[in-house]
Amino acid sequence: MVITKRTLVAVLAFALPIASAPKSDKSFQKKLGKDDQILHALDRLTFGPRPGDVERLKKIGLKKWIDQQLHPEQIKESVALEVQLLPLESLRMTPMQTVQRYPPPQLIKAIADGKQQLPEDPELRATVERLIARYKARTGQDASGKSAELEPVHPLNEVLEPWELLTLRAGTPDKKRELLESMPPDKLEEMLIAMPRPQRQQLFNNAPTDVRRKILLFNAPQQVVAYDLLESKLLRAIESNRQLAEELDDFWFNHFNVFYEKGADRFLIPEYERDAIRPNVLGKFRDLLEATAKSPAMLFYLDNFQSVKADLDATNKNRKVKRGLNENYGRELMELHTLGVNGGYTQQDVTEVARCFTGWTILEPRKGGGFFYNDKLHDKGEKVVLGHVIPAGGAMDDGEKVLDILAAHPSTAHFISKELAQRFVADNPPDALVESMAQTFLASSGDIREVMKTMLDSKEFWSQGAYRAKLKTPFEMVASSVRALGADVTDAWALANQVGTLGEPLYRKQEPTGYSNMNSEWVNSAALLNRMNFGLQLAKNGVEGVKVDARRFGNNPDAVAKTLMFRSASSQTRSAINKALRDQKQKTPALVAGLVLGSPDFQRR
Amino acid sequence: MNTRRVFMKNSALAIFGVGAIPSWLSRSVYAGDAYGKRRKKILVAIFQRGAVDGLNMVVPFGEERYYQLRPSIAIPKPDGTPASAVDLDGFFGLHPSLATLKPMFDSRHLAIVDAVGSPDPTRSHFDAQDYMESGTPGLKATGDGWMNRALLKPVGPASPLRAVSLGSGLSRTLRGQNDAIAVNNLNDFQVKDQKSQATFESMYDHSHDTVLHGTGKETFSAVKMMQSIQKQRYTPVNGAKYPGGRFGQSLLQIARLIKADVGVEVAFADIGGWDTHVNEPNQLSNNLTEFGQSLAALYQDLGDRMQDVTVVTMSEFGRTVRENGDRGTDHGHANVMFVMGGDVPGGKVYGDWPGLAEDEQLYEGRDLNLTTDFRDVLGELVSRHMGNRNLQAVFPGYGNPKFRGLVA
Repeated sequence: MVITKRTLVAVLAFALPIASAPKSDKSFQKKLGKDDQILHALDRLTFGPRPGDVERLKKIGLKKWIDQQLHPEQIKESVALEVQLLPLESLRMTPMQTVQRYPPPQLIKAIADGKQQLPEDPELRATVERLIARYKARTGQDASGKSAELEPVHPLNEVLEPWELLTLRAGTPDKKRELLESMPPDKLEEMLIAMPRPQRQQLFNNAPTDVRRKILLFNAPQQVVAYDLLESKLLRAIESNRQLAEELDDFWFNHFNVFYEKGADRFLIPEYERDAIRPNVLGKFRDLLEATAKSPAMLFYLDNFQSVKADLDATNKNRKVKRGLNENYGRELMELHTLGVNGGYTQQDVTEVARCFTGWTILEPRKGGGFFYNDKLHDKGEKVVLGHVIPAGGAMDDGEKVLDILAAHPSTAHFISKELAQRFVADNPPDALVESMAQTFLASSGDIREVMKTMLDSKEFWSQGAYRAKLKTPFEMVASSVRALGADVTDAWALANQVGTLGEPLYRKQEPTGYSNMNSEWVNSAALLNRMNFGLQLAKNGVEGVKVDARRFGNNPDAVAKTLMFRSASSQTRSAINKALRDQKQKTPALVAGLVLGSPDFQRR
Repeated sequence: MNTRRVFMKNSALAIFGVGAIPSWLSRSVYAGDAYGKRRKKILVAIFQRGAVDGLNMVVPFGEERYYQLRPSIAIPKPDGTPASAVDLDGFFGLHPSLATLKPMFDSRHLAIVDAVGSPDPTRSHFDAQDYMESGTPGLKATGDGWMNRALLKPVGPASPLRAVSLGSGLSRTLRGQNDAIAVNNLNDFQVKDQKSQATFESMYDHSHDTVLHGTGKETFSAVKMMQSIQKQRYTPVNGAKYPGGRFGQSLLQIARLIKADVGVEVAFADIGGWDTHVNEPNQLSNNLTEFGQSLAALYQDLGDRMQDVTVVTMSEFGRTVRENGDRGTDHGHANVMFVMGGDVPGGKVYGDWPGLAEDEQLYEGRDLNLTTDFRDVLGELVSRHMGNRNLQAVFPGYGNPKFRGLVA
C-alpha cells in the first residue's frame, strides 16, 4: 500500500482516539450560549480576540459583524497597519522588478560575466557593483581580493563617533535601536559599507525595519523578499481589521501551497499571494483556480512550465536532455487542489490533464517573466478528462476546459467544503454540514462567500462540538498571543521566526500538501516546549520588536487568565499557577501572563 | 534477529580473519554482556544537502577519462603528495581532505557504495531531497519520512528520545506517526526557567485536554531524561575532536545522547554547502574537511559503542562528470554513500561501477549512471541492522531491495 499523508491521517483518526478525540455528533447539536457565541466567533474568524473586541462585537451585533467580515472590501483598513507595510516595497513589485531590485546570486554572476547589463538606477548599481566585487573576490577572479569584502571607503572609526561605536558594541538593545533610528541615511549607509559582514549581521537583530532591509541588501539582497513577506504576513494577522480575509488568505495559500526555497519562487511568491490568492479568498473558486494555474509561482513550483508534448524532443539531436510531459501539476491539481485523493480520477486522467496543460509556461522564468502560452509545446491531440472529450486541435483553452470540469465537479464541492469545515469547525466535521456546504458550492457555481455563509448559518458551527475543538496553529498561537496582550509591534521579524520555531515556517512548507488543517499536525514535544518558552519570553518583553506592558494585568492569576483568554482558565491551570505563586517570592504580572500563554487552555481556539 | 551473542561470534570471526584487531572491538569481544541492557541498534543518517560531487569525494582515479573530462578540477592520482587522492583499492581513492577517514576504512568499519542514488531523473534539489527523505522517489504526496517508518513498534513504553533530529526543525526524514523530537541543542531542550517548568508540568499533567495531556506527559518525560544529560558536562573521549561548525556539533550531541543510554534508536543530522557550480576545488575541500573530521570524531568518541551504531550518509544526486566553464560541476545523477559502523564489513568499495569511458556509459550522456538504488542500502540497514523486516511499509513500492552485504 502506498502510504500518503492523507491516508495516514485518516488511519490515525481511528487508531488513536486519544490523539484526535473527535467530539460526538450529538455535541454538534448542542447550541452555544450567547456569550460563548461571541468568543467562538472571535476564536474562529479572527487571529484571536484583542482587548475590547468582545465589547465591540456585542455592540455591533454578531450577525452584522459576520456580514462585515464576509465583505472585507467594505471594512476600513487600519491606518497604522498600512503605514507599517509602506517600507516593504517588494510586496508591490512585479517579479521582474523584484529580480532587478533584489538580484539573486545567478543574476550577479550573469552581470559579472558580461552576459547582463548593470542596472541604471544609481543606488541599485552601487549595490550590484559591490556584490560583483565580492563574487569576483570569492571566485578568485580578482587577484588582490583576499577577503570577500571590499576595502571600506572610510574606516568605521572615521564614520562613527567613539560613543556611537561603544553603543553599538556594548549598548543595551534599546540604546542600539535608538542610535540606529536617529542616524541620517547617508551616515547609516557609510557605516554599513565600513562594517565587516559578521558585524553587520549582528546589528541586524537590533535594527528597525528600514535598517534591516538595508543590511539585507548589502549581505544578500534576495532575502529582502522573504523579509517583506514574513513581516507583512504577521503584521496583517495581528493588526488587520479584515481578520476573516486574513484567515482565508492563510487557508487558501496553504491549499494552493508553493515553496519559497524552490528556485524562482523566491521572487514569484509576493505576486502570487497578492494577485492570485488575496483578491479571490471570498470570490469564485473557478477564478481562484485559474489564477493559481496561470501563476508563474505555481507553474514553477509544480514544474508545469517545463512540461511539453511527449514527442517534442524525440528527434531533436541537439538536445542532450530531452524534455517531456511532466505530470506533477496534473496530479496535484486533482489530488490537492480540486477533487481530493478519492475524488474519482485515474492515472490516465492525470496524464490527459497534463497533456491539456502542455505549453502553459513562463516567459524567461529566471528573469521574472509572466505567464506565457507557447503553442509549439502544446499537445494538439484529442484528450479525454474524467469522461469529457476535449477535441483535437485545441490550444490554451484545453487547460481552461479542464479547470471548468474540475471546478464544477461534485467531488471538488465536497473536498473544498470539507477542508473549510476542518479549518473553521472541527477536525472531523459532521457529514451533514459538509454536505450542505457542498450543495451551496454547486448551486452557486463555487461561490466561496456563499459556502462560508452556509457554514456560518449552520447549527454545527455554533455548537458545543465546535467550541474550542481546534488547536491553534503556530501562526495562530503567535498572532493570538500578541493580540491578547494588546502588545505594540514595531516589527514582526522575530515573531515570524518564532512561528518557524514552533513548527510552521511560513512560505517554507516544502510539500504541495501545505500545512494540515488537523490538530495532529501541531502536537509534538519540541513544539509544545517551544510554545511554553515563547509565552514566557513574549510576556516578559523578550521578543525583539514587540512591547508588552504586563503591569496592567496585575498578578491575580484568575484575573490575568480572564484578561488574556476572555474566560476563566481551567481549574487545573489555575491551581498550578496559584501554587507557583505561593512558592515563589516574586509574582510578577509578566510571569503570570507567560504561564497563561503557555497553558493548555491557551493552545485552543 | 541478530542476538548479541551471534554478533560477537561473527565479529570475532571477522576479526580473526582479518588480522588487525581494533582495540575497542577486541575488548568488546571479551566484555561479556556488559551492554546487555542496551542491545538496541542505532542508525544515524546524514544528509549532504546540495548534491555533493561524489566523483571528487571518492575519486575513480583508475578511469583515464575522469581526467580528460575534468581538466582543471580532477584530483590527481595517488602519489603520496598532499593534494593527491588517498588510495583505497587501486582504482578508487578518497579526496585528500577525507584522509581522516582512511584509518576507519583500513580497520574495515567504513564501507563505500558507489554509483548509488535515487532512480528518479529529477535534477531539482527540492524534489530530489524530498524523494530521498520520504523514501519514495517520484511520489510527492508521501507525508512521512523513511526513518520514522523504520522505527519498530516499541515493546513496552517507548523512550521519548528514541528518534532525534538535530537542527531547529524536525527533518522530513523523521516526520511521521512515531514520536520524534527536534533538538537544536540538548541544553536548550527545557522550559527556560526551572520554576515555570514545574508549573507547566503540573498544568499539563492534570489537564483534561485529551490531546495536550498526552503530549505534555511525553514532553516532560523527555525533558527529565534530557536534564540528567544536561547536568553532566560533556567531554569527548579517545582524543575525538569535533569541528566547531554546526555539523560537528550535531554529531557531538548525537554521541552525547547515545552514550547517555536514553533509548535513542535513530538520529538525523545534515550539512549543506555542496552545490559547487563555481570554483569547486576550494569549497569542496573545506566542506569535506569538516565532514571527514566530524565523522572521524564521532567514531573515536563512541569507541566501544560503535558496535551498536551504523552511520549512513547520502546526498540528493551527483554532479556532472564533465566540469563546466566555471571550474565547477552541475546537477547530475548517481552519487556515493558511506556506511560506517561496528557491524559493517568495511574496507571495500561496493556497487557496480558503470564506467565513464564513453558517453554511452553515462546517464543521459553526461552523468554517472546508477547501479544501486539508495533504498537497497537503507533497506538493508533497516532490515538487518535495525531488525525491521517490514520493508514494504518502510519503502512502499520497493519491498524487496537488493542487499549489498553491508551488514555482517
